[in-house]
Amino acid sequence: MLSLIVFLHAAVQAGTPLLFATIGEIVTEKVGNLNLGVEGLMLMGAVGGFMAGYHSGSPLVAIIVAALTAMIGGWIYAFLTVTLRANQVVTGLAITILGTGISGFLGQSLVGEVLPKSFTNVFKPLSIPILNKIPFFGHVFFNQNLFVYLGFIAAILLTVYYKYTRLGLNAKAVGENPYAADANGIDVSRYKYAHILLGSALCGLGGAYLSLVYIPAWQENVTAGRGWIAVALVIFSMWHPSRAILGAFVFGGLDIVGFRLQELNISISQYLIDMLPYLVTILVLIFNSVRKDFVAGPKALSVSYFREER
Amino acid sequence: MNEKVVELKGITKVFGTVRASDNITVSFNYGEVHSLLGENGAGKSTLMNILCGIYQPDSGEIIIRGERAIVRSPRDAISHGVGMIHQHLKLVEDHTVLENMIAGQKGSFFIRKSKLEAEIRALCDHYDIQVDPNTKIKDLSIAEKQRVEILKVLYRGARILILDEPTAVLTPQETQNLFKIIKKMREDNCTILIITHKLDEVLEISDRITVLRKGKYIDTLINENLEPRTLTDKMVGKSTNLEIVREEVKPGDNILEVSKIVVYNHENAHALFDVSFSVKKGEILGVAGVAGSGQKELCEAIAGLQRVTEGSIRFNGEDLVGKTPRKIIDMGISMSFVPEDRLGMGLVSSMDITDNVLLKEYNRQHGVFLSRKEAKKQALDLVDKLSIDTPSVDTAVRLLSGGNIQKVLLGREIETQPELIITAYPVRGLDVGSAHKVYDLLNVQKQKGVGVIFVGEDLDVLRAFCDRIMVLCNGKVTGIVDADKVSREDLGYMMAGRHMDEVMADV
Amino acid sequence: MFRISKRAEMKRTHQGLVRIAAILVSLVAMSGWIVAIGHNPLMVYKAMLDGCFGSTYRVLETIKYTIPLGLAALGVMLAFKMKFWNIGGEGQILMGAFAATYFALNFSDMPKTALLLLMMISAMIMGGLWSLIPAIFKVSFGTNETVFTLMLNYIALKYIIYLQYGPWKDPMAFGFPKIPNFSDNAILPKVFGLHIGWIILLLATVVVYVIFHHTKIGFEIAVIGESENTAKYAGMTVRRTVMKAVFLSGGLCGLVGMIQASAVSNTLTFELSSGIGYDAIIVAWLSNMNPMMVPLVAFLFAILSQGASFIQTAFQIPQSAAEIIQGMILIFALSAEFFIRYKLSLVDRSAKGGQHA
Repeated sequence: MLSLIVFLHAAVQAGTPLLFATIGEIVTEKVGNLNLGVEGLMLMGAVGGFMAGYHSGSPLVAIIVAALTAMIGGWIYAFLTVTLRANQVVTGLAITILGTGISGFLGQSLVGEVLPKSFTNVFKPLSIPILNKIPFFGHVFFNQNLFVYLGFIAAILLTVYYKYTRLGLNAKAVGENPYAADANGIDVSRYKYAHILLGSALCGLGGAYLSLVYIPAWQENVTAGRGWIAVALVIFSMWHPSRAILGAFVFGGLDIVGFRLQELNISISQYLIDMLPYLVTILVLIFNSVRKDFVAGPKALSVSYFREER
Repeated sequence: MNEKVVELKGITKVFGTVRASDNITVSFNYGEVHSLLGENGAGKSTLMNILCGIYQPDSGEIIIRGERAIVRSPRDAISHGVGMIHQHLKLVEDHTVLENMIAGQKGSFFIRKSKLEAEIRALCDHYDIQVDPNTKIKDLSIAEKQRVEILKVLYRGARILILDEPTAVLTPQETQNLFKIIKKMREDNCTILIITHKLDEVLEISDRITVLRKGKYIDTLINENLEPRTLTDKMVGKSTNLEIVREEVKPGDNILEVSKIVVYNHENAHALFDVSFSVKKGEILGVAGVAGSGQKELCEAIAGLQRVTEGSIRFNGEDLVGKTPRKIIDMGISMSFVPEDRLGMGLVSSMDITDNVLLKEYNRQHGVFLSRKEAKKQALDLVDKLSIDTPSVDTAVRLLSGGNIQKVLLGREIETQPELIITAYPVRGLDVGSAHKVYDLLNVQKQKGVGVIFVGEDLDVLRAFCDRIMVLCNGKVTGIVDADKVSREDLGYMMAGRHMDEVMADV
Repeated sequence: MFRISKRAEMKRTHQGLVRIAAILVSLVAMSGWIVAIGHNPLMVYKAMLDGCFGSTYRVLETIKYTIPLGLAALGVMLAFKMKFWNIGGEGQILMGAFAATYFALNFSDMPKTALLLLMMISAMIMGGLWSLIPAIFKVSFGTNETVFTLMLNYIALKYIIYLQYGPWKDPMAFGFPKIPNFSDNAILPKVFGLHIGWIILLLATVVVYVIFHHTKIGFEIAVIGESENTAKYAGMTVRRTVMKAVFLSGGLCGLVGMIQASAVSNTLTFELSSGIGYDAIIVAWLSNMNPMMVPLVAFLFAILSQGASFIQTAFQIPQSAAEIIQGMILIFALSAEFFIRYKLSLVDRSAKGGQHA
């Protein structure tokens, strides 16, 4: 039992970068833009955050810079797909290539470097009074670091945003039917830009969690495909930010299960167990496409909007 | 006092090489119902889309209530009190009525549902419209959706309402209902602009009528003692014979017998239920119904593109149910289908005429390789025979005009010498000349003994052109009647769901 | 303030010019960045060219990189043409190499030609099968192929690592994790000092061109890519065509794996592909889905990559600079499409007082 609690506690930590990236992609897809550049945006956030943190020593600065770096990538994506109406799939790939390049380039001199002490202090586990007393779940969810809580809060705020606010409603309308949204006086481009930028900032934070908290040191290609898993998790969570929490933590668990199994002296090759998250992602994809009640996501997803289209 | 609420001055808009609106100057008054009349491609919709901010004019100016207005987006238009009810309704299907009404509206950060509901209910009461604010749009009928769209525009405080072909999708009874709402709006001193090409409706509802032709302004007339003839002459430009001819052909045996077929749509609801009918050789069977009543599924089921769960479709006695289009061709059945979505199904929009002709015959070639020689010859033939206006047979079909696109499609289908032709809305969006070309082509086929299924929306066309008319409502047949013995109103009742026995008994 | 409107259609030659302009603009933009990190862009570009063409050896190296890139680009193009977003080239390359290696290691005493043919065919089948998995699910249930193919890349990669560190580890390598080298029998012969991959590339280019323009399946691929509804309407068996084309797509990528394993690394390593599958996507896109353009574009791309690894030593600019340049070129090329499809014009602002004449 105890080891299960320890495992789940670690799974939540491993799932947090996925949570940020998944809700980031949900925000982007809700306005009708499929951004396959999540991996690149995460890497940009990871390297931006790490550099800023390494040089300034301030976690706050690191987080802000991480979000801003990823937003540059998001802005390029938005400019291409919204203003220039470029193919969203290929643009996303371009962002991934660019982001990988930038992180490799900037990170070159940082490989193996470790962050100052201030980081471990700020991101040490913070127990939330009362909630941490809940049996079993108390430790799993409420004895975590600040960054993890930030992920919870972001997912919950987004749920409220889409359910109860006018801005959220308008954003959904843009993704469902931009022609209708436009006729209603909603500035389609502005909504797309704003949400793509917000979404990419969240992806950036996901990357920054890896380099600032989870590792916390600089590794080349630190995301290792998590951005792509996030794209699949969006489908898994059926575009609901609250469901993304569950999905992200399940995959967080898969991410570390090999490590745990080794501790238990189960002799399966580490490399084969490493395949698990990717295999399960595929299973999830298949499962979601087979089921009958499957929601296909925003109707205008990955379609460029041009008002004068005839 | 200036009674003009909107003045459009010298509006010009060019799409590619087409002058959709050519230096048009026209004005509209407070509290009038003003119809814009013209055939397809006359520039009515373009002009109105410019007024409501969807299109940007290349030149010209818009004056609203005496002041020059900049209308760069629908948002600007709304702020000037201009709202448009588009032909393709601009509603988010997955959202509720209320959500659609308030989308894009300013107001409290959080959605205060009860307050908004009350507002919407009040507005509904004023116009005597019944709709539940919490229903999803996708669960409404087309007429209800249209009413929501009107409510939405009114809710935004529009005083100038533009309706684009509002009656195209309505039954005659629903049309009357709409006219009641329009009159109510006129009482409130709103200006209502209606885009249409239906003469009788124009004469019934409008105060003034503006006629456009090929992007040019022709005339504005006051609706007093107007003859329909005067209007058509202005619309078409020359005294043409607009009579639709029904060729009298002695019908032969049944070429197609459809018996009790059931088709489910992708949401697992009935798209067609218990549909039975037959088509004879040398007969044109019209299919009427409100849009989305199962017409598309019916055509596709016969063509082998829809899964039929029950019943049989017999073509010359052979059952087609469960056969793929390829299988049907292999059985030696020659049937043509001119789908509603010409560029999305009948043709490949980015390919040239040759390749689109090839689409139908490529599989008859043997081996792995493909020869375009035959197709090219056919394409040249087609262009020549139907006088298709195109730079060459190597031009992508999407660059052709609507009429020419339809000629390519229909021409290709007729070339295969079918025994049955299924046509879905074959004259939609065509100018009068092209539409008549389509009627002529189908009449020639009819005389040859080909059976024709003609899915249409204009009840007058259906009554004049077809031999019999089958009416669909919600995927069920509500009647099959002789075209020359049925009135528009009776068709309307059947389209709304009443069975023909009931309707005819009322007389 | 600009206004956007749609163009009728641009002439082919103009389209080409716009695309070339985009690449030039991206090079200029890169110059700014090179200046920013403290180098002279002209010197850097010159060094890059020198790194690619400075000697016969370097030229051969550049072409050597062109071969897998071009072949893989032709492969993904077959799928892209149908709007089947196969980004699994990387995995298909690795799995192709895996199959080839299996035969190279276990049947090393076969006659050379037979062994090489066996390796090629098995690599193509393996790559094809690997790509067929997502294709089957795509046509049956509409499963998203982009993420699926990508996940398969990681699985293939992990699998090769597993082999390299586990069952296939060379016992003679003093514990060093590597798979045994191929025997001479399993190594592709050379023509004009370069392994025959270059001939395969040119052949494949012609074959793909012929498929696209002069075969029934090519026609079906094009129609499916434009509109699946039309394809069904015309009686095409969409599922079967998609599966055939995707199999070919993966097969070509698998062949790349065989060539790389046999002629370049002489063994299987998990670093065998190192991004070729991804770069191939860019090459296919930049070639504007025209197979005849692929060898040229792949060559230009090889110059970038080779040049980038050269300037790494000469200027201490990290190799990943190449990725940035590639990303930038793709971004500018994507932007160029806009100018091909749309027209920009100045809006008359006189109504607002008019700052612009």
